[in-house]
Amino acid sequence: MGLAKRIIPCLDVDAGRVVKGVQFVDIRDAGDPVEIAKRYNDAGADEITFLDITASHQERDTTLHIVERIASQVFIPLTVGGGVRTLEDIRNLLNAGADKVGINSAAVHNPEFVREAAERFGSQCIVVAIDAKKVSAESETNRWEIFTHGGRKPTGLDAVAWAKQMTDYGAGEILLTSMDRDGTKNGFDIALTRAIADAVPVPVIASGGVGNLQHLVDGVVQGGADAVLAASIFHFGEYSVQEAKQFMQAAGVEMRLD
Amino acid sequence: MSEVVAVIDYGMGNLHSAGKALEKVASGQQIVITGDPDQVRAADRVVFPGVGAIRDCIAVLRDTGLDRAILDVIAAGKPVLGICVGMQALMARSEENNGVDCLGVFGGQVTFFGELQNDTGGRLKVPHMGWNQVRQGMAHPMWAGIADNTRFYFVHSYCVTGLVDEEVAGRCDYGLTFAAAATRKNVFAVQFHPEKSADAGLTLLENFLRWQP
Repeated sequence: MGLAKRIIPCLDVDAGRVVKGVQFVDIRDAGDPVEIAKRYNDAGADEITFLDITASHQERDTTLHIVERIASQVFIPLTVGGGVRTLEDIRNLLNAGADKVGINSAAVHNPEFVREAAERFGSQCIVVAIDAKKVSAESETNRWEIFTHGGRKPTGLDAVAWAKQMTDYGAGEILLTSMDRDGTKNGFDIALTRAIADAVPVPVIASGGVGNLQHLVDGVVQGGADAVLAASIFHFGEYSVQEAKQFMQAAGVEMRLD
Repeated sequence: MSEVVAVIDYGMGNLHSAGKALEKVASGQQIVITGDPDQVRAADRVVFPGVGAIRDCIAVLRDTGLDRAILDVIAAGKPVLGICVGMQALMARSEENNGVDCLGVFGGQVTFFGELQNDTGGRLKVPHMGWNQVRQGMAHPMWAGIADNTRFYFVHSYCVTGLVDEEVAGRCDYGLTFAAAATRKNVFAVQFHPEKSADAGLTLLENFLRWQP
């Protein structure tokens, strides 16, 4: 009895369309984020994360409309991240129906932005997304650094110290992505996940590298994550969210199965 | 004339979700999101949601006169549903923001989770965020169709304790046992977010729209 670990499918959305192909069988419109969010809701997802990768600013209104449509039809928590730079961006997303907003590079450029956002809107809706990459050699003590621009640009920030700083500033949750593992299907960077989860007082979502259901268990049991985020294993129908939850429960992880 | 359900808007947080979820389960009721105390008084049922800091919440309620409107609606015997900080605001006092006097509908206290440990001595994360089980403390029309120990979605760093037993409609365990739901006559209040708790949450909201206390 207690708090369940969460499974969070992540949708990458560009100009209102889900990209990186979601391949559900029998889905009417696989590019429609609302359809897909509904599908994941029905499958038992605990939350949905929506990463807006829209490049042009004008099309951001499209995102707000999509968030509105999802929030009218899907009654589980919705986090929206990608390109959040100002308090107005946050207000617009929350007003459209997002429950939490993810802040990534804007926090690196201006850490005070996270403090202002948490003071204005409350820590519970401020998720700081951090992209970390291992920078220590094999023989050295593990050290990870924060990278921006999809993992191309180093910042010199130590990942563990940065995560702590962000929670001191009011982040209510950390979305942690290993840039080494992202897209590899080799599993989460467990040492990184454990280091961050032990360092911060708020929940940590592990992301990057999930290739099978055991990886999800490992992220929680070994990594200490409170939630696991995955995209491709669900999108391509390799596993359903329900299968993942049953697998995790069978491995001793408390899940929401009702 | 159809019933009017007022969702109190005091300028804080995401009311879209509560309003949309009520619209989804409404059968003929009109859902109105309003910050007007008179409109709140005129409504047949009132939903009092809330997120954010309690000090700001109470300050806005007092400045706008919504505090009196809520107390009037409660005194008039109309069904009232408090959600999250809306529940906390109905208590006597919160220790958030160095101590804030709340509306005092219930005698409970709002306290910080603090440095809690789990069964194995690990640190529990705060906010308490995610799906946790609610142990129903009593049979109640608001629990109709909802099994005991059903999971609801919580996100909060402060929790309600110190209620008298007969007012605890549901309990939740997270390092300590706190009131997940409180009730007294025509008032029902929940710490979780029914509007974000999938089917179980929608059922609870539907129950509220039918509730005849």
